[in-house]
Amino acid sequence: MFEPTYNATFPVLSVLIFSPLLAAAIALAFRDERLLRWWTLGFTVAAALFSLPLYGRFDASTAAFQFVEDRSWIPALEVRYTLGLDGISLLLVLLTTLIMPLCVLASWRYIRTRVKEFMVCLLVMETAMIGVFCALDFVLFFIFWEAMLIPMALLIGIWGGPRRVYAAVKFFIYTMSGSILLLVAIIALYLQVGSFSIPAMMGREYAPGFQCWVFVAFFISFAIKVPMLPFHTWLPAAHVEAPTAGSVLLASVLLKMGTYGFLRFCLPITPQAVHVFMPYVLALSVAAIVYGGLTALAQSDLKKLVAYSSVAHMGFATLGIFALNRPGIEGAILQMINHGITTGALFIAVGIIYERLHTRELDQAAGLGPRMPIFATFLVVFGLSSLAFPGTNSFIGEFLVLSGGFMVSKVMVVCAVPGVVLAAAYMLRMLQRVVYGGTRNPPHAGVTDLNWREVLTLAPLVVFVFWIGLHPQPFTRVLHASVERLVEQTAVANASELTWHD
Amino acid sequence: MEIVSDSRLLLATLAPLLGAGLIMVTGRKPNLREGCSLAAAATLFALVASLVPEIQAGKSLRFTVAELLPGLSIALRADAMSMIFAVSASFLWVVTVFYSAGYMRGLEEHAQTRFNACFALALFGAIGCAFSDNLFTLYLFYEIVSICTYPLVAHHQDEEGYEGGKKYLVYLTATAKALVLPAMVLIYVLTGTLDFADNIRSGILPADAPRGVVTALYACCILGFAKNGIMPLHHWLPGAMVAPTPVSALLHAVAVVKVGVFATTRVMLYVFGVDTMDALGLGLPTAYFVSFTILAASIVALSKDNLKARLAYSTVSQLSYIILGVALLKPAAIAGGLVHIANHAFAKITLFFCAGAIYVVTHKKNISEMDGLGRAMPFTFGAFALASLSMIGAPPVGGFITKWYLLLGALDAGSLGILLVLVASTLLNAAYFVPIVYRAFFAKAAGNPHPPAFKEAHPAMVIPLSITAILSVAVGVYPEFFMRFAQSILP
Repeated sequence: MFEPTYNATFPVLSVLIFSPLLAAAIALAFRDERLLRWWTLGFTVAAALFSLPLYGRFDASTAAFQFVEDRSWIPALEVRYTLGLDGISLLLVLLTTLIMPLCVLASWRYIRTRVKEFMVCLLVMETAMIGVFCALDFVLFFIFWEAMLIPMALLIGIWGGPRRVYAAVKFFIYTMSGSILLLVAIIALYLQVGSFSIPAMMGREYAPGFQCWVFVAFFISFAIKVPMLPFHTWLPAAHVEAPTAGSVLLASVLLKMGTYGFLRFCLPITPQAVHVFMPYVLALSVAAIVYGGLTALAQSDLKKLVAYSSVAHMGFATLGIFALNRPGIEGAILQMINHGITTGALFIAVGIIYERLHTRELDQAAGLGPRMPIFATFLVVFGLSSLAFPGTNSFIGEFLVLSGGFMVSKVMVVCAVPGVVLAAAYMLRMLQRVVYGGTRNPPHAGVTDLNWREVLTLAPLVVFVFWIGLHPQPFTRVLHASVERLVEQTAVANASELTWHD
Repeated sequence: MEIVSDSRLLLATLAPLLGAGLIMVTGRKPNLREGCSLAAAATLFALVASLVPEIQAGKSLRFTVAELLPGLSIALRADAMSMIFAVSASFLWVVTVFYSAGYMRGLEEHAQTRFNACFALALFGAIGCAFSDNLFTLYLFYEIVSICTYPLVAHHQDEEGYEGGKKYLVYLTATAKALVLPAMVLIYVLTGTLDFADNIRSGILPADAPRGVVTALYACCILGFAKNGIMPLHHWLPGAMVAPTPVSALLHAVAVVKVGVFATTRVMLYVFGVDTMDALGLGLPTAYFVSFTILAASIVALSKDNLKARLAYSTVSQLSYIILGVALLKPAAIAGGLVHIANHAFAKITLFFCAGAIYVVTHKKNISEMDGLGRAMPFTFGAFALASLSMIGAPPVGGFITKWYLLLGALDAGSLGILLVLVASTLLNAAYFVPIVYRAFFAKAAGNPHPPAFKEAHPAMVIPLSITAILSVAVGVYPEFFMRFAQSILP
C-alpha cells in the first residue's frame, strides 16, 4: 500500500525517535506562538507521514524483529542500543505518531499560557513514547519509560485544572513506584542472563520461583500503568486535571505501555509464572470491567466518565492478553488500538465542550445537540464505538477478546457480560444527555458548532473507527505471526504442576 | 436449492439509508423531503418485488459486503423466509409515507426532518435484518434498529417521551448485549462461523456440542431478541406508544417488533435447526413459555382503556403466535407462524392507522370516549372492524389462515394444552376488540352530540388505512402469495 521511501540500512527508527527531540530544540528558538503551533503541527504531521512506510515495509510473514538497529553502547555493562519492531509494537508506534498531530490541534486554543514549554513537552513525550515501543534493550527501554514521566507530570501540573499539582504528584508517585519494581526485575534478569537484551531474555528456563517474583514485580509496575484494579486511582485524578492533549496522550498511548509490557515481557519471559497467576489476573480484569462500568455510570463529570470507561476498556485488553490464546491476544491488541482511537476522540470531544461551556458537568452540557449538530454526530459515532456497537472498531476487539476468553473460562466471560451492558448504559446515558438532554436544558446561548480545525481533529479518528470496524484485515494481518510466536512462547507443558514456592 | 450472488440485495438494503441522507439534505423543503421518503420507499419496494420471481423459483440470493474475520462477515441473503418479512415491511412503508405526511402535518409536529430520517434509518435496519445471511449481520442491523428508533420514541421530547425512550433503550440494548452478544461469541467459538444454515433441519451447531451449553445458548437467543415482546421483557413496547402514531403503526406493529420475531425464528430455524431443537426437547417448552405471553398480554389488553395501549398489548400477544408456531416444530405450525409475520402486519398497521386518524380528528385516546364515533368516521371504524376480525382469527381475514395452520400444527404435535391456549386467546381477542367496534357504531355517549360533529380524517390518512384493511382481507382470501414462501421453507 505504501511504497518504501528509505533503504534497508537507513536507521529509520532512530530518526523517528530522535527527530521530535530535535524539533523540540528548534521550537525553543521560536518567539511567535502562532508560528510555534504551526511548527509543531507541521513536524508531527511529517513524523506521522514518515512513519507510514514502516507499515508498507513491514514483513507480516515473520515474527522476527524488523528495522533492527543494534550498536554497542555501554560495553562494560553489556548495555546495547538495540531497536526493532514486531507486529505488536508496529501498530502502537503508528498509533502514537497518528495521535500526536491531533493532540497539537486539540491544544490550538485550549493552551494559552507557556505555549512554547507545552509544545516542547509534547515533542519530548513523542520521543519517549516511540522509544518505549521500539527499544529492545532493557536499559534503553527503562530510560525511555522514565523519560515519559517528567513531561507528562509537567503537562498535568502546569497546564492542568484546579487540582493539577495533586494529580501530577499522585501520577508521579504511582508510576515511579511501579518503575522501581520494574528496575529491580530488570537487574534480577540481568544477573541471570548476563545481558540486557530483551529477546535474549525470552524463552529461557528460569527457575519457577524466580519467575514468580519477576512476574510479580513486572505485573505491579505494568498494572499501575494500565491501570488495573486496584491500582487505578491515579487515573481519574490525572485525566480530570490534565489538559485535553494530556488526557488524549494518557489514554491513547500511555495506558498502552502497561499492556504492551505484559505482552513484551511478562508473557515471553516468565511464561510459567503467567500460568500460575493467570486466573487471578483474569479475575482482576473482569472486576475492572464491571467496576469501571459501574463507576462510569455514576459520574456527572464528563471527563471522569470517560476516564472510568478507560478502566473498563483496558480490563478487556488484560482479559484478552491473559486468555493466552491467539484470538484473545489479537483482540487485546486491537482493543488497545481501538481504545487509543475512541477514548482519545472522546477526550477531544470533552475538551471541545469545555472550551465552549467552561465546565465538564454532564447537566450543563445537556441538550447541546440542536446547537451543535456536527459535534453531536461525531459524539454519537465515538460513543457507539466506545460501547462496541457492531460495525465499529471496538466491536471486533471485544468480540475477539470474548471468544478468547470463552476458550479459557466460560464463567469468567459470563461475569464480564454485565460490564458490556454497563458500557452501553453509561455511554447511551451520556449521549442521551448531551444530544437531547431533558425538558429543562441550559440555554446554551451563543454556543457555536465545530470549526474546521476541530472537524479536522476528529475526522481522522472517525475513519479509523469504521476502517477497523468493517475491514480489520490490514490491522490484524501484521499481528498474526508475532502473536503466534508469543502464544508458543507462553505455552507451558504442565502449568498446573507449578507452585509458588519451588 | 440454487444459490446465486445478486447485488440487488445490497441496493435494496442501501435504499432506505440513502433515503435518510436525502431527507436530511432536503429537510427545509417539506414537499421535497416527503418526496425523498416516498422515492426511497418505492425504490425499496420495487427492488424487493423484483426479487420475488427468483425466490419463488426456489433460488436463494446472496451478497457478501465485507469479511471481518474468518467466519464473521457482513453478508446478505434473500430466501423465502426473508421475503415474507421484506415484502410486507417494504410495501407497508410506501403506504405509511402517505399516512405519516397526513398525520404529522395534521398535528403540525416539530422536527419532522429528524422524524422522517430516523424512520428511513429504522427501515434500513429492518430490511437489513430481513436480508441477513448470518447472526452477526442480523445483530448489527438489530442494534441499528434499536438506536435509530430512539429519536422516534422520544419524539415529543417531554417527560413521557424521554421516559418511554429510556425504557426502550434499556430493555432492547441491555438484552441484546447481555444475552445475544455472548451467545453469538460462544456460537462462533463452538462452530467457527456465524453463517446461517441452508435449510431449517440441521442448524450450524456441531453435533457434539454439550446439551447444557446449547440449551443455554437457545434461551439467550429467545430472550435476547427482546423486540419479540416475549414476557417478561415486553415493557418497552407499551412504553414506546408515546411515539407519534405512524411510528407505532409501521415500527411497533411491523418493522421493529417483526425484526424481533424474525430474528428469533431465524435463529431457531437456521442456527439451532428443527432437528437439534427436537433432539433436545426445546420445542414444546418454548411453546408453553410463549403461551403465557399470549394469554397474559390479552388479559392485560382487556384492562386498557387507552386505545394504543390496548393495541400494544394485543401486539405483544400476537407476536408470540409466530414464535409459538415455529416452536411446535411441525410443518403446518411453522408455516402458519411465519405467515403471521405478514398477516399480523397488515391488520395491526390498519388498527394503528385508525387509532391515529381518530386522534388527529377528535384528540381522543381512550376507548371509553369513542362511543358513537363510528357513524362519523365510517371508513375508519369499518377498517378497524375488518382488522379486528383478523386479530380474532375470523374468516375470511388473514388472521384466520394463521390460526388454522397453528391449530393444525398443534393437533399434529398432539398438544391439547396448546390447542386450549389458542382457543382461549381467540376468545380473549374477541373480548377486547369487539366492544370497541360495538361502542363506536352502536353506543350513544352521554354528553356527545349524536351523531358526533366529526368528519373523516384527511384522505392522506383514510386511503392508506382503507388499503391496508382491504389487504388484510386479501391475504385471507388469497393466502397463496405468502403461504408459498412459508411452505417452501419447510424441508
